[in-house]
Amino acid sequence: MTPDWPLEIHRALSQAQVRLVGYVPDAGHKRLIELCHADRAMRAVTLTTEEDGIGLATGGWLAGERSVLLMQSSGVGNIINALGTVRECRIPLPMIVTMRGEHGEFNPWQVPMGQATPAVLAAMGVVVHPVREGGQLGAAVDAALRLAYNSYAAVAVLISQRIVGIKSFQEQAGQ
Amino acid sequence: MSAKLKRRDVVSALLSGRGELLVIAGLGSTAWDCTAAGDHPLNFPLWGAMGQAAMIGLGLALAQPARQVLVITGDGEMLMGLGSLATIGVQKPGNLSVVVIDNERYGETGMQRTHTAHGVDLAAVARACGFAHAETVTATQGLAPLRRAIHERPGPNFAAVKVAAGKIPLVLPPRDGALLKARFRRALLGEAADQQ
Repeated sequence: MTPDWPLEIHRALSQAQVRLVGYVPDAGHKRLIELCHADRAMRAVTLTTEEDGIGLATGGWLAGERSVLLMQSSGVGNIINALGTVRECRIPLPMIVTMRGEHGEFNPWQVPMGQATPAVLAAMGVVVHPVREGGQLGAAVDAALRLAYNSYAAVAVLISQRIVGIKSFQEQAGQ
Repeated sequence: MSAKLKRRDVVSALLSGRGELLVIAGLGSTAWDCTAAGDHPLNFPLWGAMGQAAMIGLGLALAQPARQVLVITGDGEMLMGLGSLATIGVQKPGNLSVVVIDNERYGETGMQRTHTAHGVDLAAVARACGFAHAETVTATQGLAPLRRAIHERPGPNFAAVKVAAGKIPLVLPPRDGALLKARFRRALLGEAADQQ
């Protein structure tokens, strides 16, 4: 049976008292986004570009509140300069990234950024935690949240395309 | 018609008697303007993150709904983050004001003209995005009402204040990002900030 990983991630966010959830949607994050919107203790904020989630998280932390940023791997390309602020100011920033351009990709335009995602994050000083098994995601996100908030660090959990499992445009459109 | 208002006078007027106002200052000239008006632990001046000033203000405003938040930034910085106006318009934080000190120039890089010099109307953009109030201020008489609005009027409020383009002396805040963050958090949250 496939583990209900969006529910496990939401539980980890809830237990860590995450209050601000910034996101640019991805099909792989659909259920988690719905869970966050339905959670009255969380404020889920749709962004027009992923880097705005870094500003949102920075402002939230200045005011003592915990945030998370949800995005697809293509969004990692949009946040590079903003990650400099997080590092310079030591803002705790957990990110949960659904991968594209990786396991069984069907869109060639996704491949360059998907393949560069771990290296780009590492180059900006982000702790990168790739996860390839759905059953490990709850624990991985829990660990990432602890590392981010206890160490004032930027941490990215990369959810393999193998877990998300969307294999065609048709399947993505039918989500 | 060229703008007559002087940016340092505008920012000093808006920050006079600031009380418990939380201030995010966009990188470059507006960070120097806010510092010239008096460095303050509840200022968070940016030295980078171009395009993010309004979003940092939004995060702050959502997390501290009982406090008034003011973002003071430049036209070039705002133009890099126009999408943030749409996000603020959707979130509608009543305690957030965004003021653009608009000299129609990229002041730190050689005074190149920005889009506002060619007629792009930032207040109209903010209005179209759903800000509760949005205006363009061109005269001294507009500053006292704007200052009152920042402290009292339910927002989100937006104002573009047209100012003269010109070189003025640098007045630099501390540069260390971790220091700026820590002093802001301590001033806002007290010693509890250090235990988070």
